Amino acid sequence: MAGAFWCIVEDDRQGNPKKVTAEVLGEASRLAAQAGGQAEAVWLTDKATEAGLKLLAEWGAKRVWLCENPGFAPYRGEVWTPVVAELAAKEAPKAIFGAVTTRQRELLARLAARVGAGLAADSTALALDGERLVATRPIYAGKLLAKMTWAKPPWLATLRPNVFRAEDPQAGASPAVERPAVRLPAEQMKLVERREEASTGLPELAEAEVIVSGGRGMKGPENFVILEELARVIGAAVGASRAAVDAGWRPHRFQVGQTGRTVSPKLYLAFGISGAIQHLAGMRTSKVICAVNKDSEAPIFKIADYGIVADLFEIAPLLTQEFKKLLEK
Amino acid sequence: MKILVLVKQVPDTATQVKIGADHKAIDTAGITWIVSPYDEFALEEALRIKEKRGQGEVVAVSLGPDRVKETLRSCLAMGADRAIHLLDPAWDGGDALTTARALAAAIKQEAPALVLCGRQAIDDDMGSVGAQVAELLGWPCASWITEEVVHADGMSIRVGRQAEGGLEVFDLPLPAVASAQKGLNEPRYPTLKGIMGAKKKEIKDVKAADLGLAVESPALSVVTLEALPPRPPGRIIPGEPAEAARELVRALREDAKAL
Repeated sequence: MAGAFWCIVEDDRQGNPKKVTAEVLGEASRLAAQAGGQAEAVWLTDKATEAGLKLLAEWGAKRVWLCENPGFAPYRGEVWTPVVAELAAKEAPKAIFGAVTTRQRELLARLAARVGAGLAADSTALALDGERLVATRPIYAGKLLAKMTWAKPPWLATLRPNVFRAEDPQAGASPAVERPAVRLPAEQMKLVERREEASTGLPELAEAEVIVSGGRGMKGPENFVILEELARVIGAAVGASRAAVDAGWRPHRFQVGQTGRTVSPKLYLAFGISGAIQHLAGMRTSKVICAVNKDSEAPIFKIADYGIVADLFEIAPLLTQEFKKLLEK
Repeated sequence: MKILVLVKQVPDTATQVKIGADHKAIDTAGITWIVSPYDEFALEEALRIKEKRGQGEVVAVSLGPDRVKETLRSCLAMGADRAIHLLDPAWDGGDALTTARALAAAIKQEAPALVLCGRQAIDDDMGSVGAQVAELLGWPCASWITEEVVHADGMSIRVGRQAEGGLEVFDLPLPAVASAQKGLNEPRYPTLKGIMGAKKKEIKDVKAADLGLAVESPALSVVTLEALPPRPPGRIIPGEPAEAARELVRALREDAKAL
């Protein structure tokens, strides 16, 4: 409906919306309630599931625009963008939100160019101020915050995972599903192959609620196993600093920081990470930060909520034991 | 094969940034400027394509005030053949889309086979311009690439794009846009010969009117810049390792409720 707050669904490619979509829908629902609109989900997928549609309703989507077609997988900007733009031209949403994932970051950028709208990428807060929406974005390696606003709707934004609160699921809510007629645009990009990352059995870094990260203090790739053990106990992802990645100890996809991933978990545990500005840029919006480092002067302690000045090789296994004890209770 | 590389001048990460008097931009006095690191990956890749094919032209393009000349000069020193400086006060205060429109118009005039850029600039981290240029031109776009091979016939390119949970490999017909992610290559340092040679290479100034562009007002603008709210002071947990570990776990659970 006109004036709706749209959320582009991020799914696991198997027909299940991801947790980050609950967060985006949560924020959209709160803003829509203030602005007198409603939150709606827009789901482009090769395969939706009934369970997935139900989840979207439980997370706050009053309506789901479902565009289901084999041509939507894998994501290609030239296929997805015109479909969302055409639907938006018809339905005139007030806002179109996405999650900060590689594909949605690109999709929203293309969409902004196509419809001539402003895009606040990687926002960490959104607030209505009278008739306008104001986005907060960390800039300059997270040293400053920019408050930004749009000249006109639709307001396009991507939302950083783990920052926005999902609403309590409304059990039993069932979705109003619209299946708009879709003319599939011609594809330009042809998929050759998809190489799955070797599964670590641990959560994905970008969306993890708890992250255990290692830096130069890890001394070598073989020692990351002690962080993996800790991570397994508390359900965390394992990250690394640039120093550890540049040394070849961890693949680049695990890098947290300015030339890696920006993360915002509920808990970030840094081991042997000094806290160079490049690293802080990628994790300083974490809710609780803990640091373990031998060097009491390490800059990481300036932003840490809790610190232990000690040898990580002693502390990490002890923490693993303590967490185990706690979680067994 | 002609390759355009989009570059942005940004403050060095280690530079202190201060909010300017108008609270809408930073005070640029005393700032050390660099080429945004992801753009260096893009430029390096362009130079490697040219070297591998034994022919071609690499053109660096940037939008911004006079000081951007330094950045373009660095690109020429690294090996770009020439540079285009989109320099016009009409673009001041623009947003990502303003920049994308200007770049797309310049690209149309130059008609390259490939446009490379960084996945995002490290100043505002908006990460939109590359995809927006592709959209405005109607070209395919692969974002966050860590692998690239131009096919022998020069008509298409194979790229590996970083996606959630894996790497997706695509063939793209040229012309196309691709944005570089860390891991694509290791950028070279300019040689002394490169730095000397850069002085003789062309940097062409281009205004909006030269591109036939009427600059539109920005779709997104800054209301205000704010300093980061300080984090509450942290607590160093003392004691023997076993004791400290126990206390940290207790504090995380009971005080911070982080678990």
